[in-house]
Amino acid sequence: MGQLVNSDNRMPGADKEADLTERIEAFLADLKRGGCGTGPIRGSGETARETTALLRKVTAQARWSSAGDLMEIIRKEGRRMTAAQPSETTVGNMVLRVLKIIREEYARSRGSSEETDQQESLHKLLTSGGLSEENFRQHFVHLKANVIEAINELLTELDGTTDNIAMQALEHIHSNEVIMTVGRSRTVEAFLKDAARKRKFHVIVAECAPFCQGHEMATNLSKASIETTVIADAAIFAVMSRVNKVIIGTQTVLANGGLRAVNGTHTVALAARHHSTPLIVCAPMFKLSPQFPNEEDTFHKFVSPHEVLPFTEGEILSKVNVHCPVFDYVPPELITLFISNIGGNAPSYIYRLMSELYHPEDHDL
Amino acid sequence: NEGKELSKEEKQRLRKQKKQQKKQKERKNEKSETEKEKTPVSLLPPPRPVATQKAPSALPAPASAPIPVPASAPFHSSPAPSPADKPAKSKAELKAERRARQETDRAAKQPGSSSSGIKTKVPLSELNPVVKRLPEHVQVDDPAVVKRLAKKLERQQIPLRSDYGYKVSLFSHLHQYSRKAPLTQQLSIPSTVIHPSIVRLGLQYSQGIVAGSNARSVALLHAFKQVIRDYTTPPNEELSRDLVNKLKPYISFLNQCRPLSASMGNAIKYIKKEISNIPSQCKEEEAKTKLLTCIDRYIEEKIVLAAKAISKYAIEKISDGDVILVYGCSSLVNNILCEAFEKSRKFRVIVVDSRPRLEGREALRRLVQRGISCTYVLISALSYILPEVSKVFLGAHALLANGYVMSRVGTSQIALVARTFNVPVLVCCETYKFCEKVQTDSFVSNELDDPDDLMVTRKGKTQLENWQDVSSLGLLNLVYDVTPPDFVDLVITDLGMIPCTSVPVVLRVKNLDQ
Repeated sequence: MGQLVNSDNRMPGADKEADLTERIEAFLADLKRGGCGTGPIRGSGETARETTALLRKVTAQARWSSAGDLMEIIRKEGRRMTAAQPSETTVGNMVLRVLKIIREEYARSRGSSEETDQQESLHKLLTSGGLSEENFRQHFVHLKANVIEAINELLTELDGTTDNIAMQALEHIHSNEVIMTVGRSRTVEAFLKDAARKRKFHVIVAECAPFCQGHEMATNLSKASIETTVIADAAIFAVMSRVNKVIIGTQTVLANGGLRAVNGTHTVALAARHHSTPLIVCAPMFKLSPQFPNEEDTFHKFVSPHEVLPFTEGEILSKVNVHCPVFDYVPPELITLFISNIGGNAPSYIYRLMSELYHPEDHDL
Repeated sequence: NEGKELSKEEKQRLRKQKKQQKKQKERKNEKSETEKEKTPVSLLPPPRPVATQKAPSALPAPASAPIPVPASAPFHSSPAPSPADKPAKSKAELKAERRARQETDRAAKQPGSSSSGIKTKVPLSELNPVVKRLPEHVQVDDPAVVKRLAKKLERQQIPLRSDYGYKVSLFSHLHQYSRKAPLTQQLSIPSTVIHPSIVRLGLQYSQGIVAGSNARSVALLHAFKQVIRDYTTPPNEELSRDLVNKLKPYISFLNQCRPLSASMGNAIKYIKKEISNIPSQCKEEEAKTKLLTCIDRYIEEKIVLAAKAISKYAIEKISDGDVILVYGCSSLVNNILCEAFEKSRKFRVIVVDSRPRLEGREALRRLVQRGISCTYVLISALSYILPEVSKVFLGAHALLANGYVMSRVGTSQIALVARTFNVPVLVCCETYKFCEKVQTDSFVSNELDDPDDLMVTRKGKTQLENWQDVSSLGLLNLVYDVTPPDFVDLVITDLGMIPCTSVPVVLRVKNLDQ
């Protein structure tokens, strides 16, 4: 399921199309199923890679004559994919990256540089009423090859994100430190394991009920001979006074520099601020999303309340409201540093990074 | 005749006295004092009249109260002159003793003037040097202390409980027991030393069947009532002294089963005081009934009536349309909510719970039974649910003398996040839980519960199953934490609604009453 089969050249045309749609359907089904309890079946890195690979296939196989057509097709597929699992923002982010790649390649083929495009936009807004003059209708012969090459570069970048982040670990962790983390993040795990090769330190993991993913994180860390302690969520403030740094992962980085992270992270951030402990977020760039936090409807995702109050409590179950939210919003004021594959940044710089990765007209798919 | 008799002892005493005074004079002259309003000349004036009274008491006096007097006069005098003060101290000491004795005599003559006697007593007693010994259960990393405890328990014929599992290094000074190995397994079957109701109580504590500070105190008092009922004074012994000695091994046993809470400590102090105050000519039956009524009255006053008074105050703070957040299962807070519901206040409750104890489910059951509409979340969803909340009611295990609230672990987190969202935090606590300890963090004095409780089996897999085999993995199951007073807006006690920082005032008033 979802295996990258390099069968483009062997299958005849109609079967190619069927194969592509089949793969997309399988991917969407995976996304939908990943919405329950323990989180997605694959980590966000794998989801990003899978999305990009699918988009590359779409570019290669779909029928299009100009960049505008391609962008329409990609947008359509993107909308379908994000609708399957709205909380999995990496899918949408990758679609936006690919759209930006297409724009860049088109502009390069046309001969104009992207710089002027962006700077002219204010001037364009005033003079032409906001609509872009470009409608991407010109046909270029090598556009397809260029776009596919650029997407391959994107895939290589995605492959190396975790290693890039882990390489920066020694700059941030000194010996005999006590580091706190919440739940399970593959990025943070790699980060800490890399630092543990050269330095000795102690890690406290908050278990993060009700899914208790912190337990898995603790077992993995202790297997790498890192001194680990597992604490209950309720003890976070109690032990925070002895913690030197808090290093967490996140599900999404929002456009204002805030986080959408696993529930319990806001408490950790507040406790860290109370004790003036730095809060470091390890997040690769593909998690950066152009969404702003709107606390009303689309921000929170809920899963089955039986994780919180099991069915064995039958008599009271029908008379009680039970909530099991999955995410927490952490405002950017509580965050000290973002560590991503392109280096360390303050939360106030996130808006700039976003303008380099995505084009403003694509923000609403 | 008298003169002659007196003269021999008197002479000896006088000689001793003069020797002492000479020594002190030399010491004083060495140090060359300036602020001596009491000149060396005046050292000699208390020859006979003082000496006769003072001689027997002069020797024990320095031993019992070395520092009280200079401290009582100008309390904020700097400690610098104190070493030089020694010779004057003894004299001032003598003067104070004399004064105190005169006061008590006067007080004894006038039965109505008990207050003045107490007034002079307070400065002396409260400013005694704080030679408090650290309780054993926070010195587990000191082998000398552990040996001393083992010897004491052996003397009292109580088995020593051994620690279990790998302890996190930050907490190596605390005990960590396993629930699967209760102390009672090591007791021989007809245990003559420990009363059976105490054995049962100890088992209930260590298995967590009786939990919550009010419940534990009430259970303790009921068990002691049974002990008193079954007690007979052995011949040639006084009830007031022997019963207290009988209770000591019971208390050690209960301490081994589960460390005593602050409320239990206060209850035990009260009982011991009541027993010691029994006059020796009182008959045994009479004494026993007196003690039983004392205990009943304590429970009635300090727990039941206090709960009613607190409910009365707290209900004023609950208005219609409120959304109230509670944490865990506090008997007092549940009581308040049920009373408010009966007085037809319209509110709804959000119960926050935490692993691994999950006490909130018990509170949820009790509230739902009464018909209160409830919501239930885990503590990690706190930031999600707090914007809906209008007030937070918390229970306390103890209130410390520096204003910190010691309560179930997680309380400080709730107070912290509530403060961020500007939601008022009200702590409800009876005055018998106030204690004189001071603490600033949750490490120095805490309780470690069974670490195996943190394991959980999800989808057939227990991640931490073999945590004992992995040397670098530790599990930490804390029971209590302390909340700083700036997170708490109000404390509701049976004496009224006070700010967190007024706890030492209440303690002082209580001491005066006693």
